[in-house]
Amino acid sequence: MTNSAIAYYPGCSGKGSSEEYDLSTRAVMRRLGAEPQEIEDWNCCGSSPAHMVNHELSAALSGRNLAQAKRMGHHLVTTPCPSCLTNLKNAQQAAWDEDKRLKINKLMDDECPTDVDSISTLQFFTEHIGLDRIREAVVSPLPALRVACYYGCLTTRPPKLMRFDDPENPMSMDNILAACGIEVVPFPLKTDCCGAASGMPRNDITTRLSGKILDMASELKADAVAVACPLCQMNLDLRQSQVNRARRSRYRMPIFYFTQLMGLAMGLPEKELGLSKLAVNPEPCLARAGVR
Amino acid sequence: MPDSLQKNDKTFLEEVERRSGQHMVECYQCGNCTAGCPFNFAYDLPVSKIMRLVQLGQREAVLSCHSIWLCASCQTCTARCPNNIDVAKIVDVLRHMAREAGYATERNVKAFGDSFLASVKKHGRLHELGVAVGYEMRTGRFLTDIDLAPTMIGKGKLSIRPHHLHGADKVAGIFNRFNEGNHD
Repeated sequence: MTNSAIAYYPGCSGKGSSEEYDLSTRAVMRRLGAEPQEIEDWNCCGSSPAHMVNHELSAALSGRNLAQAKRMGHHLVTTPCPSCLTNLKNAQQAAWDEDKRLKINKLMDDECPTDVDSISTLQFFTEHIGLDRIREAVVSPLPALRVACYYGCLTTRPPKLMRFDDPENPMSMDNILAACGIEVVPFPLKTDCCGAASGMPRNDITTRLSGKILDMASELKADAVAVACPLCQMNLDLRQSQVNRARRSRYRMPIFYFTQLMGLAMGLPEKELGLSKLAVNPEPCLARAGVR
Repeated sequence: MPDSLQKNDKTFLEEVERRSGQHMVECYQCGNCTAGCPFNFAYDLPVSKIMRLVQLGQREAVLSCHSIWLCASCQTCTARCPNNIDVAKIVDVLRHMAREAGYATERNVKAFGDSFLASVKKHGRLHELGVAVGYEMRTGRFLTDIDLAPTMIGKGKLSIRPHHLHGADKVAGIFNRFNEGNHD
């Protein structure tokens, strides 16, 4: 195993509401021989609110992060957050158009690079590490854990921009978790929307859409759901109490980041996986599965 | 249907096409975008109808609808359009135009976005607690998500202080230049 350095963009939620995703991603990357180098002095990409106001504003915010990565000598950035990834990719693609590049650069102190690519950490594990190396790193497989892999909207969409996996039936997370010795259930809602950022302004929408995902996971007798997006995780986990209240359900479904499950199978210490940060306590589920 | 259907504002279609880079006349109303839209139940206008109204130059009807503010940008419509139209991008552009024209039919959605960007402009990075407070100040809805606060604080998921970065002024500069310029 060679140590390969790659620029790493944690995204704002990685420093707040999804700290356990950031922690577990870095821990698993290191365990697999990759060296995530955090982009120096990175800024927020503006997420959806920025591209909803103006595309050049959004591209300039992400352009600064791409420029910072380039200054560190990188030409590839990986991020665990699908929304950040969409914005990074859109910025690079916009800069390929001369007219747009001029407008974007006018907003920046810097220049938005055209030669810094970005990929999700899910894609990084799939294509740069590979299932064989993941399988080799597994020390405690979790065959008694039935997991529904939920990808959310943006991990594979729009397909022309993301150029990774299948937009309707992605399998990369299923394959990774199966390689970790976990039982994955075929999950028909894997790319349905959880309600995204409507949680605060239109909670009725989020509880309805996230509720459907929990219904399906429960009907399929999954012990837990695995996710790859901080916002999906927040809607399904932290807002699970709101979903239950709005829909008179009584779910206590643990919602893991897929990297936490990888870390468990690889025997990484609990401190590096941040399991205690999940809102729905995962311990009973893990105990039933004989994990601990 | 709005009673302005007689009036076809051709400049509206041209502007949407220019700003989105999409060829809107290729939409033949197959309805795939509407069929796949997870937010359709909450919309006043389904997305395929929005596409048709843009083709018909119905500026007022489109820019004053609720749907364009509710769209989550989940990209299902774009992924499934048989004519490769980037529908989600068109909706994004319609939001830009609605905002510039002073519409805000989903006031809370706009307030959330504005609080979010104000936080990024101020600190360079998003401060989640600051967004919640900013949203509540803008809307007067002081109890929004208050039920989540104990869990978030208990789990250390809500930093009280914002993360400040060295380049915060550079980020503010991006916002300032954007506000000074006349962007579309």
